[in-house]
Order: sequence, then structure tokens, then C-alpha cells
Amino acid sequence: MDSVWEYRNLLLSGTAVTVQLALASLTLSVLLGLIGASAKLAVNPIPRRIAGIYTTLVRGVPDLVLMMLLFYGGQQVVNDLGAATGWWDYVEINQFIAGVWSIGFVFGAYMTETFRGAILAIPRGQIEAGISCGMTPLLIFRRITWPQMVRHALPSFTNNWLGLIKATALVSVIGLHDLVWNASTAGRSVREPFSFMFAVLIIYLILTAFSDVGLRWLDRRYNVGVDRA
Amino acid sequence: MAMAEQERTFFEYLVYISENHSPLDFMLVADHIDKFFFGALLTLEITILSLLIGGVMAVPLAIARAYRTPWFNGPIWGFTYFFRGTPLLVQTYLVYYGLAQFDVVRESFLWGPILSNAWWCALITFSLNTAGYTTEFLRGAIENTPKGEIEAARACGMSQARMIWRIVLPSAFRRALPAYSNEVIFMLHSSVVLSTITLQDILGVGRWLNGRYYLAYEGFVTAMVFYMVLVFFISTGFRLWEKRWLGHLRPRDTADA
Repeated sequence: MDSVWEYRNLLLSGTAVTVQLALASLTLSVLLGLIGASAKLAVNPIPRRIAGIYTTLVRGVPDLVLMMLLFYGGQQVVNDLGAATGWWDYVEINQFIAGVWSIGFVFGAYMTETFRGAILAIPRGQIEAGISCGMTPLLIFRRITWPQMVRHALPSFTNNWLGLIKATALVSVIGLHDLVWNASTAGRSVREPFSFMFAVLIIYLILTAFSDVGLRWLDRRYNVGVDRA
Repeated sequence: MAMAEQERTFFEYLVYISENHSPLDFMLVADHIDKFFFGALLTLEITILSLLIGGVMAVPLAIARAYRTPWFNGPIWGFTYFFRGTPLLVQTYLVYYGLAQFDVVRESFLWGPILSNAWWCALITFSLNTAGYTTEFLRGAIENTPKGEIEAARACGMSQARMIWRIVLPSAFRRALPAYSNEVIFMLHSSVVLSTITLQDILGVGRWLNGRYYLAYEGFVTAMVFYMVLVFFISTGFRLWEKRWLGHLRPRDTADA
């Protein structure tokens, strides 16, 4: 265990990469989730169909497969497309970008389901009341839909976030120098793989415990007006 | 020469299209499709075995958790918290690469046949992992047993054990079925970890193909299709199963009446 302490800076910088990756993917997945949910609830069947294909596709394919496809194949496709249309020059897809896009894409589909369910849980009459008061759609979203949507979405959002943190470990397989990659390299070089992997597990447990505290605080905040049994 | 050009067989024509014009060299994939089927066998083998072992472990653990059995509840909670709070990839690394650190393990009789073998390490880790998840949602299902069912069982004079066996478990299994179908698909998705510890599962074969012919995406696209087909079969199977076992819970179809 002494050698783990010796390599603490390597582990900490890896943890920083993991956290950055998780936060960036979370942002992307929330955006995709909001777009996906509004597409699924749209009156027009075309966005509904597209969002349906999106969620089915993601449910069918493991995240690591998407990540590798994007990392090894995406580079070529993006640059062929850029050369054909002339819209952009050479683009490099590094491990971080491939990780953010694939994890964000996968969890965007789960977020879509989360937000869709949360919006459906808001009584239709409240939206109608907003319209009859002359509120604009944006104002209805800000004052009526959003505060209640967050409350309904939080439990499932928490699950998605915990899943997302764990999914970040996979980026080490395509070679991003994240927590897992740094730890397994260090573990091999000092011949103590168990100690280093165990340290990684503990760090992941600390990350999830911290997010648990934060999300509980949010949960209390958005449930202030609700009488719980 | 022109005649020879004409006399190409249909097969040669396909190979030509595939190599020169198609964005995806499908004939190359077709040549190695048997490898992908063997990969699918390994993926299914590990997934199904670990689900079986994990499921069998989860039942007593969930009962102990649901009834807050003293001495057991705390450690079981720790077990599920640990396995649910950390990535399966790291758990697998810990067992497969990590255990070699200890001389005791390397000198034990288990080392040769089991603990130095990637297949066994994956099976052990995956089983414990799915046991952790299954325990928690099964506990939820047991705790949500309708009070009336338990009161009825008590009124009939059933002992605690008989009540659990005859009333609580059958009804909890049914309520847990939708969550379980998610767990099965989740396990199938997680099984890609196999390819990181040298095993040739579906993704492993895809990576091998890409590495061997220096391709960008053929192997991954094929792997993707294989996974999608498997998930399709699993979710269709569960939908039929749910229809059979949860029929009494569905809202009644008032249209026919």
C-alpha cells in the first residue's frame, strides 16, 4: 500500500481526468435527453420516430462498442465528410472526445426516457392553465414544466449519473490516461496490481458517495413544496 | 482479354464491389462470420452462467436484507454497495490481474485451473456483480409485497418460512421481472469487458478482425449488429414472459367489453 501513496499524484491526476470526462458527458447527455424527450412528446411523427430509433439503438449496443467505433472509425468518417463537403479541415478525434461523445450519446438515450416520464407526470391542466394565462412557451417551461420535471426526474437521473460515472472506466480501454489507465500502468510497473486496482475502487466509491450527498440536497430542495408520507 | 473480363463469376463480382466500392468490406466480414458466431457463444455463455449463479445467490441475500436479519443485513449491504458503486471493468481487473500479487494465491491449488484463467475470473466477477444488483431490486420487490397477501398468509396459519416460499417470493419475482429484464440486457452490455482480458467474445472478435486487416470499423459494425440482434431476442422474450406472468396486473382491456 506504500507504493500507492507514492504514486498518489498520478492517481489524483487520473481522477481529475475521469471527473472532467464524467461532467462533460453528463452535460452532453442532458442536452440530448432534453432534445430527445421533446422529440418523443412532439405531435409531429417524424421527430418521434427518430427519437424512437435513437433510444432503441442505444439499448441494443454496448457503450464500449460505440466508443471504439467512434474512436477508430469516426476519425475517418468525419474527415471524409469534411473533405467531401469542404465544411471543415482535418479533425482529430482523440480519446477524450470519443469518450465524451459515446458516453454522452448512450446516456442521452437514458436521459430521454427519464425526462419524458418526468414531463408526462405533470398534469396537463397546469400547462393549459399557463397557456390560458397568456404565458409564452418559454415561460411555461421555466415556471411550470422545469421545476416539476426536475423533481420527478431526480431519482432516475441519480441512477443515470451513477451509471455514467462507472461507464467512464471504459475509456481506459481506448487509451485515455484516466484513473483506471494510470492505476493499471503504475500497478504493473511496481508489481502491485491488486493494491492499485483496490485504490481505484475506493476512489470510485468516494465519487459516488459525494454525488449521493449532492443529489440528496437537490432532491430536498426541489421537494420543498411536497408533502411526503 | 475483354472476354475474360466478362467471365467473372458472380462471387468474384461481389468481392470486387466489396473491396473497391462498398464503404464496408462486407465480403471480408462474411469470410470471418463463423468467428463472430463463436464470439457470440462465449458472450452468451458467460452472460447466462453469471446470471444464473448471481440470481441463485441473490435470493437468500435479498430475503436476509428485506427482513433485516441481524448479523447478515450489514455485511450484505456492504457487499451490494461495493459491487454496485464501482465499475465492472475495475472489478474484473482486480480479480484477473490483481490476485497474482499475492504469493498465497499463486501457490494455492486454485491458481492453476481457476484463478489464472481469464474465463473463470470473468465468471466469478460477473456473478458477484449481478448478484449485487439483483439482491437490491429483489429486496425492493419483497418489501413491496401487498400487506393483504401477508395478512392472508398469517390468517391461514402459515409459518414464516412457508409464507416466504409460497406467497412472498412468487409475488416478488413477478414484480421484479421488468427490472430483471433490464439487468439481463445490462449484463449482456457489460460482457464487453471480456474482450479486455484477452477473451474472444463478440467485441473481441471485432477487435481482432480490425487489428488483423488494419480496418477502421468493419469489425465494430458487425459486433454492433450481433449485439443488437441478441438484445432484440432478449427483450422480445421478456415481453412474452411478462405477458404470461404479469397478465393479472395489466389494466383490463375495456375496448372489447
